[in-house]
Amino acid sequence: MQVALSHYLVVAGLLMVVGIFGIFMNRKNIIIIMMSIELILLAANINFVAFSGALHDLVGQVFTMFVLTVAAAEAAIGLAILVIYFRNRGSIEVEDVTLMKG
Amino acid sequence: MIANLAFDLFSAILLGSSVMVVSSRNPVHSVLFLILCFINAAILFLMAGAEFLALVLVIVYVGAVAVLFMFVVMMLDVDFSELREGVQRYAPIGAAIGLVLFVELAFVMVSWVIAPGAAGLRLLPAPTGMTNTQALGSVLYTNYIFLFQLAGAVLLVAMIGAIVLTLRDRKRGKTQNIDVQHARMPVDTLSMVNAKLGAGATVPTPKEDAL
Repeated sequence: MQVALSHYLVVAGLLMVVGIFGIFMNRKNIIIIMMSIELILLAANINFVAFSGALHDLVGQVFTMFVLTVAAAEAAIGLAILVIYFRNRGSIEVEDVTLMKG
Repeated sequence: MIANLAFDLFSAILLGSSVMVVSSRNPVHSVLFLILCFINAAILFLMAGAEFLALVLVIVYVGAVAVLFMFVVMMLDVDFSELREGVQRYAPIGAAIGLVLFVELAFVMVSWVIAPGAAGLRLLPAPTGMTNTQALGSVLYTNYIFLFQLAGAVLLVAMIGAIVLTLRDRKRGKTQNIDVQHARMPVDTLSMVNAKLGAGATVPTPKEDAL
């Protein structure tokens, strides 16, 4: 790895901060919130891969693959819930979601 | 030197497009910037030596997840400008929390050090003399085979869950109802008619197109 590990860590840290900022800024738009979650997971993946490259240990890359799997499953389920919520209520306002509890 | 310059360029694009993802007015633009984000992250993976994961990131995220987001954004008929009305109110809170988090991370960043014995604790030192894909495959299918199967199960559950959640049971077309078909008796469908002798019976004339 030609680039120092700390560079990767700075980029991943900034990416995670941007993702959390996005969650707080778009509190009503659940689609953007889910994209922010994807950004945070991407930051975690960058950390895994950077450490894997710096320490020459393959476990980081294996774990990144599992994180990718879970992230894809989460996006699919979340968007499915969003679609049926929109079908029932005609809006995707997050503030009304408390109505979903029985 | 070149590597550092390239890293700075791609990480700048990554961070800039991630800011555009969370601050863009149009969610379609957000999804497109998300794709740009993922592609730049894939380039960073490539520079860290994880070639297989870089291409998997492009395939899985750009090819599947971002397209899924795009479908949902385009499919839902939502007034997105209405959803943005609280942004000015929430942005300072978000910025404050982000700043606190960033300062904490910066404190961690200035003081961390890799322990001298860390290299001895590695679970799977990257094997030399084979490509990244080959090494990853040999590790994944021997040491982590059960976790790999479990990941497949997670994807299966997610797939079934998404289908079950969004399936709309529309009544269209003819389907079999086995119980009703078995319980059908001649009495239900045949009616005996006592025809008068010599008067004949009125037979409905078949339609032309039925013949």
